[in-house]
Amino acid sequence: MRNIWTVCRRELYSYFVSPIAWVLLAIFALLSGYFTYLITGYFVQASLQSQMSGQPMPMNLNEQVITPLFSNIAVIGLFLIPLITMRLFAEEKRQGTIELLATSPIHDLEIVMGKWLSAVLMYCALLLVLLIDYSFLFLYGQPDWKPVVTGFLGVLLEGGCLLALGTFISTTTKNQIIAGAVGFSLALLLWILNWTTSFGNSPTVQVLGYLSILSHLDSFSRGVIDSKDVIYYLSLIFLGLFLTTRSLESLRWRA
Amino acid sequence: MIQVEGLSKNYARTVAVNNISFSVEKGDVVGFLGPNGAGKTTTMRILTCFMPPTAGKATVAGFDVFEQPFEVKKRIGYLPESPPLYPEMSVADYLMFVARLKNVANSEIKRRTEEVMERCAIADVKPKLISKLSRGYRQRVGLAQAIIHNPDVLILDEPTSGLDPKQINETRELIKSLSGEHTIILSTHILPEVEAVCEKVIIINKGKLVATDSVENLKHRAGLNAAIQLQLDTAGNGNAEVVRQTLEQVPGVSKVLEKTVSSDRLVFEIEGLSDRNPRADVARAVVNSGWNLLELKSLTFSLEEVFLELTGSSAEATVANGKGAAA
Repeated sequence: MRNIWTVCRRELYSYFVSPIAWVLLAIFALLSGYFTYLITGYFVQASLQSQMSGQPMPMNLNEQVITPLFSNIAVIGLFLIPLITMRLFAEEKRQGTIELLATSPIHDLEIVMGKWLSAVLMYCALLLVLLIDYSFLFLYGQPDWKPVVTGFLGVLLEGGCLLALGTFISTTTKNQIIAGAVGFSLALLLWILNWTTSFGNSPTVQVLGYLSILSHLDSFSRGVIDSKDVIYYLSLIFLGLFLTTRSLESLRWRA
Repeated sequence: MIQVEGLSKNYARTVAVNNISFSVEKGDVVGFLGPNGAGKTTTMRILTCFMPPTAGKATVAGFDVFEQPFEVKKRIGYLPESPPLYPEMSVADYLMFVARLKNVANSEIKRRTEEVMERCAIADVKPKLISKLSRGYRQRVGLAQAIIHNPDVLILDEPTSGLDPKQINETRELIKSLSGEHTIILSTHILPEVEAVCEKVIIINKGKLVATDSVENLKHRAGLNAAIQLQLDTAGNGNAEVVRQTLEQVPGVSKVLEKTVSSDRLVFEIEGLSDRNPRADVARAVVNSGWNLLELKSLTFSLEEVFLELTGSSAEATVANGKGAAA
């Protein structure tokens, strides 16, 4: 446990003394802020129109602002998460510091967990920015807070998957650009897998739909914790961390 | 302290280390000598559990590098060829990170960090970022990193490569000062470095063990066959031809070569027989003939020459010799 924290702490140090963390925070704040502005803008416009039309429609802040906002945040995540993970191992390999880790009395799994945990905490720091956006919704409206909590849990789990997969990709190369590009492509692919639904309901389409990473997020942002979705995310995190550990081990054999 | 038996390492198509065996006693300072690509780094990486051997066995402090890597790693301090530094960290933060990584007790971390910074003369750059340090300082931070958990064994891969002469000296002094408490293996391709720091030498070439011997023996062995350069002034008493003939008469001289011949000085290169060094006899012969001896020196032997000696035409005999010394 101490080893995991040692590795994690050093990674966080690197994120926050280098510009990476601050640049990511700035980008995220800008994009999530703009999305919040857009979606609440639509909401305000729609509510005005529904009042003017004489037959007011039921307006719901949770359904019409918070749920779409979470999906948009998840999409921003697809772009930013590869930027968080791409350096994790590629940088160590390029700098030769991997030799320090590999010759220290620490298990490969501890290295992997430490790195992944630091990436998750970095991602959490991004999500904290979102909390500022949401605080305005709470300030001027009365949304239900429970779907907000489950929504955060959802994007956290979804981010955890992509972070685990991105960490794995980072072990396969010395080049951060490659790690970032491959990570981004994979994230994009996992997102658009369910775009086949219009093709009908064949088993392939169903499987692809199930594998698609964002399709499991909807229930969370509606306030539902579905075990099917939790299991999907947890197993993907497990898969990513497992592959990372094996890949790290194999470096010794292939070196 | 370190036992290596029949160690081999193959990469995809190349054999990096081929069946080498040696042992290092507790407290020894051993130079691991070989040209680039000889397999030094590979051997060190196996000893530090960075990679497993293809065949053979290596134990450090009684623990097998393959079976019990954890126990080995706890007892080894390793400085790879390029020091494993995080450029964005400050020196003190980096060393505290390594201390934690090497399982130094929490209460000891601060003290150990201060200690090694004092030891490696880097206390003055403590708050600086590693990326701002000069090469010499980086190398010393690398060394500090290797000794922070007070390991029994120190493995240093080319600790002086890329440093300027002053830094090389400082690094050597530092390594020497560490030699009391730690068993040290350091790799190098510079022979004087071995002379300056080590007591024992392991020479490998193309993945094979060429010789293991003490520095004294090696110098002796290489020195015997090294040429002597002689500069003299005949003082009008005989010419170059006479001098040459006189020198060839000297017992132990096998070959005399004229290098420079001018009116006031003659320079010769003399090769001795392998079993005795004729320097004293040459000097006496010159003086007895009434010539002025201006200079007499053993031509310094470079590693290349030692290698030619040990791996060249007389390879068979020398390798046998080396094995005899190792046994």
